[in-house]
Amino acid sequence: MNITKVLTGKEGEKLFLLGNEAAVRGTVEAGVSVASTYPGTPSSEIGDVLSKLAKDAGMYFEFSTNEKVALEVSAAAAASGLRSFTFMKHVGLNVAADSFMSVVYEGVNGGMIILSADDPSIFSSQNEQDNRHYARIAGIPTVEPSNPQEIKDMMKYGYELSEEFQIPVLMRTTTRVSHMRGVVELEKPNANKKTGYFKKDPKRFVPVPANAREMHRILVEKMEKIEDVASNSPFNRIFNKESKIGVITSGSAFNYAIDVIEKNDLAVNILKIGFSYPFPEKLVYDFIKDLDHVIVIEEVDPIMEKDILAVIGKYGLKTKVHGKLDETLPMIFEYTPDIVLEGMRKVIGINLKEKQSYEPDIPLPVRAPTLCSGCPHRAAYYTVKKAVEELGLDAVYPNDIGCYTLGIESPYEMADYLLAMGSSVGTSCGFSKSTDQSIVSFIGDSTFFHAGIPPLINAVHNKDKFVLVILDNRTTAMTGGQPHPGLPVDGMGEMAPEISIEKIVEAIGVKFLEVINPVSVDISKEIFKKALQFDGVAVVISKYPCMLTKKGVTSQLLMNVDPEKCDKCMNCLKELTCPSIYVAEDGSVNIDSMFCRGCSVCMQICPKKAIGAKRIS
Amino acid sequence: MEPYNIYICGVGGQGIIKTSIVIGEAAMKSDMGVVMSEVHGMAQRGGVVSTELKIGDSKSPIIEKGSTNLLIAFEPMEALRAIPKASEDTYVIVNTSPIMPFNIIGSEVPYPEIPDILDELKSKVKDVFALDAEKAAKDAGHILSLNMVMLGGATAVSDFPIGKEAVLKSMKANLPQKSIPINKKAYEKGFEFVSSR
Repeated sequence: MNITKVLTGKEGEKLFLLGNEAAVRGTVEAGVSVASTYPGTPSSEIGDVLSKLAKDAGMYFEFSTNEKVALEVSAAAAASGLRSFTFMKHVGLNVAADSFMSVVYEGVNGGMIILSADDPSIFSSQNEQDNRHYARIAGIPTVEPSNPQEIKDMMKYGYELSEEFQIPVLMRTTTRVSHMRGVVELEKPNANKKTGYFKKDPKRFVPVPANAREMHRILVEKMEKIEDVASNSPFNRIFNKESKIGVITSGSAFNYAIDVIEKNDLAVNILKIGFSYPFPEKLVYDFIKDLDHVIVIEEVDPIMEKDILAVIGKYGLKTKVHGKLDETLPMIFEYTPDIVLEGMRKVIGINLKEKQSYEPDIPLPVRAPTLCSGCPHRAAYYTVKKAVEELGLDAVYPNDIGCYTLGIESPYEMADYLLAMGSSVGTSCGFSKSTDQSIVSFIGDSTFFHAGIPPLINAVHNKDKFVLVILDNRTTAMTGGQPHPGLPVDGMGEMAPEISIEKIVEAIGVKFLEVINPVSVDISKEIFKKALQFDGVAVVISKYPCMLTKKGVTSQLLMNVDPEKCDKCMNCLKELTCPSIYVAEDGSVNIDSMFCRGCSVCMQICPKKAIGAKRIS
Repeated sequence: MEPYNIYICGVGGQGIIKTSIVIGEAAMKSDMGVVMSEVHGMAQRGGVVSTELKIGDSKSPIIEKGSTNLLIAFEPMEALRAIPKASEDTYVIVNTSPIMPFNIIGSEVPYPEIPDILDELKSKVKDVFALDAEKAAKDAGHILSLNMVMLGGATAVSDFPIGKEAVLKSMKANLPQKSIPINKKAYEKGFEFVSSR
């Protein structure tokens, strides 16, 4: 399928769409005017597709500097009467949380959906926080799709709800829904408004205390009314089998529950919750009041389970509740059909079909992800490490979020402390005040724009001493190569002013600033040594493009090993672990010409000068 | 209809997701239900990549343990890692050219011998089609057509639920036009290998 089909597909047509692609189709069918994001797995493909299609859809789309800015862009659009969409990974909502709370108080004129893509089992994140808690902190209506078709349908439903009650709507997906592909039947696209108008109303839009108190009262009233809507929503469906046992489930977990029930032909009622907050209390009461047992199947925290216990307490019901709290199901990580089957077995106690399966007999080495062939981060880590060793320093390496977090792996082992986006710089301030150790922290270009600038101001102002290495590979690499403010192109592919990292660093007042080409090993090492000996904040910008971008093809060289000179010391393999260098069956060291990107770092570090370069014509 | 479950595994960069989309779209165009799960993000930097496809009536794209009908392994060791999803009813098509983990030098656990991997697979599943897909892809014209060798092999397995024509049509709709001749050749090499057994 050509991705433009997401925009041009006709009513009634069926496409095999990723959940994230279905979200984009949702914006087209709902007539969204403004969309904004900061890329983050598992939500990134929404932005990738929008950046290709927004222009033709007549929509404005941007990669904002961070999630808080993204949310603010969309909030203002919605305040001006346009439909807006902002989306981010779950921890991105932490960044946006400050403005998120206020936009719910203030409400919207045009519809607004905030999509949070949670990551149960932590495939690509620092935690598995359950953002359904945010629904409760903020007081925001929340929908939880189970598949791509529902993502699209709930987008349309969400915009109508948002406009009816003048409140933003939270859509909570998980990795297994965002990265699930399924058949999506299209409906017709709707035209969007090209321009909005902001009608001033400070009582609604400026939360000074007197106004905010009123806003909170109005919010609580809205949510009481919306509870009725949730209890009657078509996305909260009952599958009734006249049983005394019921299941209440949402999101991905619904898919596992219904498959297990159907496959084993179990007489179990199901309540699928798609509109999950305000919690549809009346509907849940009706569903459970005559049941003996209810099994709550949800990822990640026992949120509905506690809400159900509250309903039982409130109405004095005798229904037994099973879920995470009684250890019927695991407390953490994503579920699978097998986990759900095991949980149901504990409650129902009958023989359920289970296929036998084996574990491998041969022990298997782990296959961890690694930096690509020719990745400039590898050269930077190698060189910093050598500089620190040659000066005999004891160094701490605060690290940050991006491909370069893979610096945690052997042989680099240069990710010692990490909290969140931008934390490398802020924590370096703390280490600088707390220890006499040398501090070298690493941050990527996109992450620097996202959350690295305020802590660098903090560092200079508070006279800290550390080396900050800005790994500028000219893209947001980890999430698939999105642009950022340091590039001359924006999210819709238009020319855009390029913001200079160097000038920002200078303007902050950093007194030691060098820009290096990391694949020049000796020159870089000397600069790192000087930086390490500088009494203050030293910034080294390591500038070299990501190998996965087209611009990454910068070298005309192809490396090869001279078998006469190579004494198989394995220095290159052990110190660089470049995926292109391998040991052949005869024991000789070789470089795979298919994958080598000609960065020449291996040639520069070979103690026997056994690695040479050939110019590619 | 009990779903037909396909588990595809290998290493980041081998074209696993694209292959899975080709199969999924072919199923959809053949009026079958289909759901699929894929893993993106950090894992793709040379790590393990797997997708799961269920063709037929299924809401969840996650295959239960022991319930894979067809395991398509783009890398031999990854075939073994996927064994909990397989059973004695599973067909396996496996590429025999290995990709070493980057940190295998100094790893406490060595990379297993290829014949040992194949022996263990044979002892646990219904049938194993082992081919050097890397060589076949190079013979077809480009190593990157390795995924189409595997796809060709997969569609020749006896109980594969989608017709060859539908798969080829889906392949053409999902790959760059100028790469089609090489990919078609690669596909036929895989198909021929399995159907001639």
